[in-house]
Parts: sequence; C-alpha cells; structure tokens
Amino acid sequence: MTDAWKNIEEGAIIKHDIAKSPRTGDWRYMKPKVDKKTCIGCGQCFSVCPEAAIDYGSERKADIDYDFCKGCGVCATVCPQKAIKMERTSIGA
Amino acid sequence: MIQEKNKNIALTGGAAAAEALKQINPDVMPVYPITPQTPIIETYAKMVADGEAATIMIEVESEHSAMSAAVGAQAAGVRAATASSSQGIMLMAEILPIASGSRLPVLMLVSARALSAPINIHGDHQDVMFVRDSGWIQIFSENAQEVYNNTFIALRLAEHVRLPAMVIMDGFQTSHSVENLEILEKAAARSFIGEYNPKKYLLDFENPVTFGPVGLPNSYFEFKRSQIEAMKEAGIEYENICADFAKISGREYGYFESYQLDDAEKAIVVAGSTAGTAKVAVDELREQGEKVGLLKIKLFRPFPYKQIAEALKNVKNIAVLDRTVSFGSMPPLYSEIIQSLYSILNTQYSIQPYIYGLGGREIFKEDIKKVFKEDWDNKEIKYIGLKENE
Repeated sequence: MTDAWKNIEEGAIIKHDIAKSPRTGDWRYMKPKVDKKTCIGCGQCFSVCPEAAIDYGSERKADIDYDFCKGCGVCATVCPQKAIKMERTSIGA
Repeated sequence: MIQEKNKNIALTGGAAAAEALKQINPDVMPVYPITPQTPIIETYAKMVADGEAATIMIEVESEHSAMSAAVGAQAAGVRAATASSSQGIMLMAEILPIASGSRLPVLMLVSARALSAPINIHGDHQDVMFVRDSGWIQIFSENAQEVYNNTFIALRLAEHVRLPAMVIMDGFQTSHSVENLEILEKAAARSFIGEYNPKKYLLDFENPVTFGPVGLPNSYFEFKRSQIEAMKEAGIEYENICADFAKISGREYGYFESYQLDDAEKAIVVAGSTAGTAKVAVDELREQGEKVGLLKIKLFRPFPYKQIAEALKNVKNIAVLDRTVSFGSMPPLYSEIIQSLYSILNTQYSIQPYIYGLGGREIFKEDIKKVFKEDWDNKEIKYIGLKENE
C-alpha cells in the first residue's frame, strides 16, 4: 500500500484529455442552429461562447460542437445577422 | 565568492523591492496601487518605462483582478509578481489559496498595514497574519536590505517547491524609510534565480493541461495532503537556498536571526522592523550586565518549529511581541512559539504574550527596555504603548 497523495497530480493540474471529458452537451435542452447562408463569419459568437464550442471551418462559418454546447444561447443573442436560432429539443439531442 | 561589483546605494524598502524585481525581471506584473505598497509598483513602473526592465505591467481594476491575472500569467507559464497591502490583500484573499492550491509560484511583495475599521494606512501585521493559512510562503524583513535579499530567496524557494511566496516589510517603517543597502551585481543575481522552467503550463500545446478542475470528496483531501508536503519541503530547501545566497552576497542567512541568545536569561521574539530597535535595547541592557537576547523571525510560513525550539531551549523567560491580534485567542506568533517549545519536555518555560504597534503606534527603544524589566509570568496579554488616562 502506498499513500495515494504521493501519486496525485501536483496542484490538481490534470492532463487535458478531450476523450475523457464529460459530454456537457448532454445537459442541453435548447439547441443553436446556424443558418450557414446568413452567417458572415464575423466571429462574435466564437468570442463569447463560454464553452469554446464554436469553431470556423475552411468555409469561415460558425460550426458548433454539440458534444460540448450547453445551449446557453449567448451566440444567438450576439449574432448581428440573426443567423443562429435556438430550437427546443429533447435533452442531449 | 562575493562579487566585487556589488554596490551600495540608499533606497526605501519599497524601492529596494523594486530594485530586486528589476534584476529578476518578471514577465508579467498585474498591479493595483494601495498605500503603503505604492512605492514598490511606482518605482518599478518607472524602471519599466525607462526600459530598464522588460516586464508587461497590467494596470488592473482591483487587487482581486491583480491576483487573478498573476495566477493566469503564472499558469500560462511565465514569472508573475505583484504587490499589495491591507485591504488589497483582503480583496485578493479569495485568489490566494487558488495560487497555492494550483502550485503556482507567484511572488508578492507586501508592505504590511493595519486592517479597517477604523481605517488606518499605517504599519502592523494584521493583513499578512490574516492570510497566514492561505498556503503561501511568508518571509518577514527587518529592513530594506532584507527586503532586497528576501525577494530573491523567496522567488527561488517558491519556484523550487512550486508554491507562491510573500516577502513582507513593515508598512512605512520599512517601505518608506531610506536606508543604505548593498545591491548584487546583476549577473550574479540572475544566475542565482536561474531560468523559470515550469513542469506544466497552459501554453504548452504539446502537452495540454487543465488548471483548476473540480476536486470532489474523492480527491480533494489528497491534493491538500500533497500541498502540506510541499510546505514541508520548503522548510528544508530554505536553508540550502540561503546558503547559496550567502555565497553571492556574503551575508549569512538563516531561518531566523539569533541576537545575543547564547547565554540569554530573558529573550524577546519579534518579527519585522521592530527587531532593529530591539537590538539596540539589547545592546544597552547588555552593557548594564543584563543577560538579554533576541530572536528575530524571518521565515514564518513554513514555521521552523524545530530550529526555533533549539535556539530558545535554554532561555527560560521569553516574551513574544506580536504586531497583530487574534481576536478571542492568543496572538499568532505567541501561539507558534508555544507550539515550538511544546516539543521540549521536562522544562518549564515562562512565555509572555505582548501586543504592540497596532495601526502604526510607535514603539521606542525605551519601551522594549521596559518590557525586558517586566515580569513574564503572566499568561494574560500585555500591551506596549497603549495609552492610559492621565
């Protein structure tokens, strides 16, 4: 038997492992849908997303990672083009 | 080998801290002004503006932000430093255990000051004692020279054990008083602190890490236990770092300073600038043939219990002078001395708690000489310099 504290990550600084991260998208009941035709790729939603779940592909359009999007709707609120709509959905869908 | 290029200059304690910071050249310094800490950051800001140091100074909107930004910068992988006093430290208090719990060696210069209310900008130790359990290394300085020295020692110790550290000077008495001190040659100072190479940091894209995750009942306890061990390690490593510092400065440095303690029958224990006054009192009483001595606290967290017990074991009469209050309890330094001597069995000590100098109340050489002449068998707190009705 060895003391567990001797092997614990110092300062609780843990290896970042996305595969083991809990899928916080499971909490979502409102789902943002991006209208790629209206999106101008301005980046405003990208900068405010609290989960950093918005990315821009090669087409420079907002692309939401639904594994981690909790559906807070901040992106829809800030979108100057009203290109993001929040849709009610069943939890996790 | 003492560097020949070490030079003497006259500086306030605050400017001495800035001078040490200039040689350290931290990468980021988030700052917010508060009396009596301001001489540190204003002197340093001028150095940066004059191109003498390359630190990114962030003028933040509060001390809470200053400490948060320091934690963020240090987590990103660079050296971060800041400075504060009194209410500023109170506002930082929420973030202090985050720095220590995340094992980030942030450096903070403290010009210790009284706490409100009533509002008072003058020196005492209530602010630093309030945060003594925040997991930070704490080192007290007697004068500008010690502020300068301790800044290097604290940084190296902090980075070695990966815990944040406070270098404490007395507000006004030290921070604003000009004294002569010896400055190290820059190359020697730089090589003493070395490069900062964090093991884990946020901007290491090859090895991504998460700082500040949740630690629920199944893991939190172990994280704290490992933090306790880091403090213990700091207590051991401090001595080695001081020995290294002696090599470049020619100044012997220890856990504390023993002054005329060897054959002392009565001794006082004190931290900070009052130790300077106390040494003169000890000298004068010694001239009159009285066997008195002094133990000056330097390293306060981790507290060197064993070493202090060893130093005080033959002194039966001890007075502990605290510049702070622990309301409803005994003052903190007194409690630590009791704790230190508790390990020595079969010896009866008489240890007297004193409180002095709250809110900048003066303490003179004659006050300390009077303390030495009093009986120290009363376990009730006595007060130095408290006014009486005429």
